[in-house]
Amino acid sequence: MQSEWLYIGLFLLVGIFIPVAAIVISALLGPKKPNPIKQSTYECGMETVGVNWVQFKAPYYIFALIFLIFDVETVFLFPWAIALNQSQPGVLGVFVAVEGVIFILILLAGLVYAWRKGALEWM
Amino acid sequence: MTFWSDPINFVAQWLRDVFTGWGWSSGLANAIILLLGALVLVSFAMLLDIFLVWIERKVVARFQDRLGPNRVGPFGIFQPFADIVKLILKEDITPVGADKLVYNLAPILSLTSVLLLWAILPLAATIYGADLNVALLYLVAAGALGTLSIIMAGWSSNNKYALLGAFRMVASMVSYEIPMVVALLIPTIITGSMSVREITLAQGDGGVWFFIVAPLATVIFLISAIAELGRSPFDLNEAESEIVAGFHIEYTGMKFGLFYAGELLHAFTFGGFLAILFFGGYRFFGLENLHPLVGAIIFLVKALIGYWVIMWVKYTVPRIRIDHMLGFNWKFLTPLSLVVLMVTAVLNQALAGSETWVYALVMFLANVVVGWLTLEILRAYSRSQRKAEEPVVESVAQAAHH
Repeated sequence: MQSEWLYIGLFLLVGIFIPVAAIVISALLGPKKPNPIKQSTYECGMETVGVNWVQFKAPYYIFALIFLIFDVETVFLFPWAIALNQSQPGVLGVFVAVEGVIFILILLAGLVYAWRKGALEWM
Repeated sequence: MTFWSDPINFVAQWLRDVFTGWGWSSGLANAIILLLGALVLVSFAMLLDIFLVWIERKVVARFQDRLGPNRVGPFGIFQPFADIVKLILKEDITPVGADKLVYNLAPILSLTSVLLLWAILPLAATIYGADLNVALLYLVAAGALGTLSIIMAGWSSNNKYALLGAFRMVASMVSYEIPMVVALLIPTIITGSMSVREITLAQGDGGVWFFIVAPLATVIFLISAIAELGRSPFDLNEAESEIVAGFHIEYTGMKFGLFYAGELLHAFTFGGFLAILFFGGYRFFGLENLHPLVGAIIFLVKALIGYWVIMWVKYTVPRIRIDHMLGFNWKFLTPLSLVVLMVTAVLNQALAGSETWVYALVMFLANVVVGWLTLEILRAYSRSQRKAEEPVVESVAQAAHH
């Protein structure tokens, strides 16, 4: 297992090296003639008005919150999914699956609540 | 083991003997061999990426009834090399007011997050990088790094279009991550392991390909993979008719090239994961036993077919609105994937110890029933919607008549 993660680490180094090398080579070979017009923010030929870091719509935030709840709960489902095959066959095995189903139903109840509250509408 | 029966492992073993012969410790020799392996695999992925640019341009041309690149080399196959030379020789423009560090890190992270996925791809029975026991979680984590690179690009560019593109991309990527994770849970339940290698092994030698056992999970994975890639019909992040190019609007030269290369390789890699998780990976009815390289070729062909399907969707379906996209995910795909997960889990336990074909048949029928019920619910819903809209349409028509 250690060697596997060592490989991932080395792979990360190589994976960072390739794009960095591409950017460095490009920076060395390409021309460098900056001027204020060229470096201005692109805005379809107009001058930019106001600050560029604008406020954003609140629904983005609400969707991120719903995602967070679901993502944390799906992480709990992975150990359950692995343990499922190792459990006893027969009635006990089905019981393990039903326990997971109850957990998922609670998840779904949260989704229905958000839905009924109108959190899933783009307003 | 001879060179001809398994070239990659033979060379690795030979190098290990050479290095230990020089008096290096076995740990150091192992690390150097792993580094060389990573270098070879990343170089292969980048070469494939160059080839993918040509495939993409040729296929989109055929979909749009054009010829595509056909001047540089036979069938224009050297066109991407000419593109790379052009991108390298372009001036690298950093817009005024940009956050320089984050601005330069974003394209690097974009390509690295995709290359990281290649570390766990099992190319053949004996050719695989890391056989992680948490490979599917690793897949999700590396995908999240890609999301991060897009936020970084959009935020640091100091451009409103880029910021809007990044917001949209994050909304779609985090939403579609839920059905994707649930679709990944289904092969995990069937196999009892998160390792992609064990999932592949479970689909051969007395097992069936998982798209028969879990057809709905296959479709859910494909849809959420397309959304994760940000390709049409979910390409709101770079909707060129509204926000010009979205998050990479300010990037020029090689930095833009890295985003583009990352997107194409990402699409191909997801084609590969589709093949591994649901279509048997490098297995093809015993043909993979001939030679490890045959297995690798089978895997690459399957991944290319998956990539072609993703391209097919991209160039056929128009872009959808953001509220429709989020509604489709949260009101349809997420509940459906959770229902499929519950059905799969209960049936998997109820059918434990039964024959493979009984297991596959019952699972398939259960998926058909769930899919049919879903379609019935959708039909009833759209009928009620149409009924609610009809009087409005009539009154509008009457008003126009008067």
